[in-house]
Amino acid sequence: MTRAARKGPTQWNLRLYVAGQTPKGITAFANLKKLCEEHLGGNYSIEVIDLLKKPQLASGDQILAIPTLVRRLPSPMKKIIGDLSNTERVLVGLDLVRKR
Amino acid sequence: MTFEESVEDLSVDVASLGFDLAALIAQRKIVIDHVRVNRHEIEETGEYDLEGLFIRLDQAIKSIRAKRVVLDTIEALFAGFSNLGILRMELARLFRWLKDKGVTAVITGERGEGTLTRHGLEEYVSDAVIVLDHRIDDQVSTRRLRIAKYRGSSHGTNEYPFLIGQSGLSVLPITSLGLQHEAPLDRVSTGLSALDAMLGGQGFYRGSSIILSGGAGTGKSSLAAHFVDAACRRGERCVFFLFEESPSQYMRNMRSIGIDLEGWVKGGFLHFHAARPALLGLEQHLVAMHREIEEVRPAVVVVDPINDLMAVGNMTAVKATLLRLIDYLKTSQITALFSSLTAGDAHEQTTDLGISSLMDTWILLRAVEERGQRHRGLYVLKSRGMPHSNTVSRYTLSDHGVQLGRPSRPRTVKRTPR
Repeated sequence: MTRAARKGPTQWNLRLYVAGQTPKGITAFANLKKLCEEHLGGNYSIEVIDLLKKPQLASGDQILAIPTLVRRLPSPMKKIIGDLSNTERVLVGLDLVRKR
Repeated sequence: MTFEESVEDLSVDVASLGFDLAALIAQRKIVIDHVRVNRHEIEETGEYDLEGLFIRLDQAIKSIRAKRVVLDTIEALFAGFSNLGILRMELARLFRWLKDKGVTAVITGERGEGTLTRHGLEEYVSDAVIVLDHRIDDQVSTRRLRIAKYRGSSHGTNEYPFLIGQSGLSVLPITSLGLQHEAPLDRVSTGLSALDAMLGGQGFYRGSSIILSGGAGTGKSSLAAHFVDAACRRGERCVFFLFEESPSQYMRNMRSIGIDLEGWVKGGFLHFHAARPALLGLEQHLVAMHREIEEVRPAVVVVDPINDLMAVGNMTAVKATLLRLIDYLKTSQITALFSSLTAGDAHEQTTDLGISSLMDTWILLRAVEERGQRHRGLYVLKSRGMPHSNTVSRYTLSDHGVQLGRPSRPRTVKRTPR
C-alpha cells in the first residue's frame, strides 16, 4: 500500500528542471508523466523549468545535475536526478514506496 | 563558486587575511554562488549531466563579466554524486568549457595517494598544477608550494615555503638565480673613522653584507649601533632586527655608551623590529623581515644576532634562508650588517664557516688577554674587493662609544738567558 493512499489525497507539487529540449529531458518528462498517472491519480502538478530560459532559477533549488526532479510538496523536499528511467528508484526517491 | 563555505562564512574567514568580501560584492567585483551538494537528499536514476552547474557558472560569469573563476572545491562534487563515469566526463567538459569562456580558473582539489589529485583526472585536464603542502620539521611547521605543471612555461620546479599572514599569502622564491646583482662602487662609513681606515680608508661597500662575529660582551651590538647611527646621520633609513633585546632596552644600553638612537626612531630613520626567534619558523622570520624591508625601504639593515635564527632551523635551512635574504638585500643594494655570537674564543672561525662564505666582509671581535688584563681586539678577517688592515686593533667601550685605538702588539716574553 502506498503512503499516498494511506494518508488520503495529498497534493503533489513537482518540478522538473531541464536545459533545453534534450533527449534526457524529454525522456525524464515522459517517464515522470507516466509514473504520476499511475501512482498519484490526479493529485499532482508538474512544472517544467527550462534553465536555458531561466538560468537564475538554478541556484534556488541548488540544481547542478540535469534533469533534476524536485518534490516541493509534500515536504520534506526531495531530489531525484537522471532521466527517471528506473521507476522503482523514482518511487523510493519520492517516498511512494519504502526501501526494501 | 564555493561548495563548502557559505558566503557569510567565507566573508568572515577571508577578512582576517585582509579581504573585504562584502565590499567587493557590493562593487560587483565578485559574485559568490554557494553550491550545496547533499547526497542524502539526492536519488540518482538513469542518465544525467551537470548542465545545471554550467548554467549557474555561466550566469555568474555573465552577471559581472568575470575574468577569474574559483571553484572551491570540486571534491564536493565527488562526494555528492555517485556516478564517477559521468563526473569524470563532466569535469573534463567543465575544464574545456572554462577555457572556451576565456576565463582563468582556479580549481581546488585534494591530493591523492601517490597522485597529484585524488581522482587522477584534474591534473591532466588543467594547464597548471600548484601543489600545496604543510609539513612539520623540528616542531616548526612550514607550508610549502610547488609548481608541478605549467603548460608552455619554464617554471621553477623547487618547493618554496609560503606564509599566510595578515595581508594574504607570501611566497619567496630565490630571487636572483644567476648572481647578477650590481656591485656598487661607492662606500659607506662604518661609523668609526678608525675602522673605516682599516677597510681601505673608506668603510664598507654599499650593498655588501658584513658579519660581525665575536664572543659575549665583545661589543657587537655597540659597533652595530655606530654603523646605524652613521647611516641615520647621512639621512638614510635603517631597519634593525633585534632577536635578543627589546628596542627600549637596546636603546638604553646604547645611550650608556653615548649613542642616542631614540632621536632617529622618532625621526623615522630607524625602524626596530624585535621578535623572539622561537615565535616563528625560519621562513616566517624571513617573510616578516622581507615585509618590513619592503615597507621601510631602508639603505641599511642590521640583524642582531643571527645566531637565534640559526637555532630555529637546521644549518642547511638557515644557510638557504640567509642566502635568500642576502640575495634579496644585495639586489636591493641594501648594506647589511649581521652580528654573530661565537661560543668560545678558540673556535670563532669554524663556528661561522657555514655562513661566512656568504659575507663580503668579516670582522672578528675577540678578547685578548694581556698582562693580566682583558682587552678587546678587532680584526678584519676578510673584506672582498678592498685592501684591508691585517692588524688586531685594540678598542674600548667608553661613554663616547667604541674607541678604536692602536693595534695591540703581541706580547714579547722575556726570557732569562741560561
